[in-house]
Amino acid sequence: MANGAPPPSFPSRKGEGGAEPLLSVKNLRVSFPTHRGRVEVVKGISFSVGKERLGIVGESGSGKSMTGRSILKLIRKPGLVTADRMEFDGIDLLSQSEKQMRSIRGARISMVMQDPKFSLNPVMTVGEQIGEALVTHTRLPRREVNERIWAMLDSVRIDDPKRVAGLYPHEVSGGMGQRVMIAMMLIPEPELLIADEPTSALDVSVQAQVLDIIDDLVTTKGMGLILISHDLGLVSRYCDRILVMNSGVVVEECAAGELENASHPYTRGLLAAMPTINEQRDELPVLDRTQWAGT
Amino acid sequence: MSLEPQIALSPAPTSHRKRIWGRRVSAIAGFVVTVFLTFLGLLAITFFIGRVIPIDPVLAVVGDRATNAVYEAARVQMGLDQPLPVQFFRYVVGVFTGDLGRSVSTGRSVVEDISRFFPATLEMATIGIIIGVVVGVPLGVIAASRQGSWIDQIIRIVGLLGYSMPAFWLGLVGLALFYARLRWVGGPGRLDIFYDGLVSPVTGLLLVDSLLAGEFDIFFNAITHLILPASVLGFFSLAYIARMTRSFMLDQLNQEFVTTARVKGVPERVVIWRHAFNPIRVQLITVIGLSYAGLLEGSVMIETVFSWPGIGNYLTTALLNADMNAVLGSTLVIGAVFIFINKISDVLYRVLDPRAR
Repeated sequence: MANGAPPPSFPSRKGEGGAEPLLSVKNLRVSFPTHRGRVEVVKGISFSVGKERLGIVGESGSGKSMTGRSILKLIRKPGLVTADRMEFDGIDLLSQSEKQMRSIRGARISMVMQDPKFSLNPVMTVGEQIGEALVTHTRLPRREVNERIWAMLDSVRIDDPKRVAGLYPHEVSGGMGQRVMIAMMLIPEPELLIADEPTSALDVSVQAQVLDIIDDLVTTKGMGLILISHDLGLVSRYCDRILVMNSGVVVEECAAGELENASHPYTRGLLAAMPTINEQRDELPVLDRTQWAGT
Repeated sequence: MSLEPQIALSPAPTSHRKRIWGRRVSAIAGFVVTVFLTFLGLLAITFFIGRVIPIDPVLAVVGDRATNAVYEAARVQMGLDQPLPVQFFRYVVGVFTGDLGRSVSTGRSVVEDISRFFPATLEMATIGIIIGVVVGVPLGVIAASRQGSWIDQIIRIVGLLGYSMPAFWLGLVGLALFYARLRWVGGPGRLDIFYDGLVSPVTGLLLVDSLLAGEFDIFFNAITHLILPASVLGFFSLAYIARMTRSFMLDQLNQEFVTTARVKGVPERVVIWRHAFNPIRVQLITVIGLSYAGLLEGSVMIETVFSWPGIGNYLTTALLNADMNAVLGSTLVIGAVFIFINKISDVLYRVLDPRAR
């Protein structure tokens, strides 16, 4: 993109089959100024995502959400994002202007956020908000936009999409709101979806439902997914590969199936703290942070 | 997509429609009743406060050298010998038949006085609030969307000046500069003296009446007189509106749904005006409504500096002369304005915010 031409809205997908990573990040750092100098919240992490499902797990403040947001360059001043490399499908994201980023956001990389109660605009109807995601990147006649909104709502398993499209966010439940959010983020058919704690604001009973929808759509459309969560069990169920983050660094990277073989004391501690269905222990162990505090 | 849902939805049952209409009618009825009760409460408060304050309205009529017999006769004639509830009842009946009594200081009926003075204030306040909104709201939005930049600093200083500058001083400086020196605007009063009384009052608003009469020079003359005091008022409401808009916007720009809009790749202009600004319209209505009501109360300072025959001037003069009928009448009008503006805000809330429907 050195010649400055903005990328077309829906370029052909390259590297079908996942041989070439969709996104590769090297030495990503995010910092914020405080009265005691700049504080780094992400301290030089590197990873790559292909057309696969990558999970990023970590506790509050571990920098996982900041990682997700910095990919979309949504960290606003005075926050500072640096990286040796942050490439998406051959595009150097770091050198993209704000205008160029806008043609990538939504259209090629999208993000589902935590709580639909706050992440949906309270004074716009569900249909308007979904439609906006579409018409921002493509010119379509109104009728076709409506058709696609209804089809998209249908694909996130919402009954009676025409009625729901006319509702306001306060008129839908949390689970439905999150499905609307997913519909909105997937309607322009992006290649990479970042799901930032998509279910932590939802009832346990609808969590699996929402994740199944994400999983289903991501797999059938052949997209990449970055699932950010604090729930190790959930991530290992829905992802192919897992990054475990703790205070801004990646402490563990492994395939989801090999989580039991994790070596870092933090991951081991998390695994040990997970209750199982035939629990024999009276008390779950607490993380012993002294084991890696010096690292 | 199948067409089934549409078919299922299309026949709107008449009973449903009837129910919607029924709800609307009862909403309107409720609205009228609350307005009426609020107005009655306002009447009661102004009336009883007017009667308990230690001002003798009879003295204001007969003068302090009148004999007891004259005093008594005047008291009976004004109905002040009756018990308070009877007086109040008579007053309420008077108000609803359009009779607010006679003003001692002008010698005319209070209704006639108010219909002469209030339009002058209405005209000035309306132009003032238009200036305040048209300039203040965008300034606030721009300041918030560029928080911390030099534009933001300048807008904040303008806001601070509007807050802290005395109105009469700004009015005097404006007159000295734009009228006396530059001759850009007309001087005090609503019209140049040779245009005075040439158009017959229909609405009392000179801009409207002159247009109705087809007198365009009077129209432009009225504008030159109006623009300076209205701008001074506009500057004060602008300062307030811009500051409030800025703070509402800052609040919205930190909301998660604004980030959602950015994630969608929506241009920043749309992020600001559609996603951040639309939700604050309800709050702004309150601010603008109160600001407008404040201007309609009449700014005594501005009206004095510009010799503007407005309600603020009328009310102040009446107070100083113990002219209770005029005081009560003006208070009623101002109260009615507040009720009216509040009710309009309520209606607008429902139009602008789906959560309030």
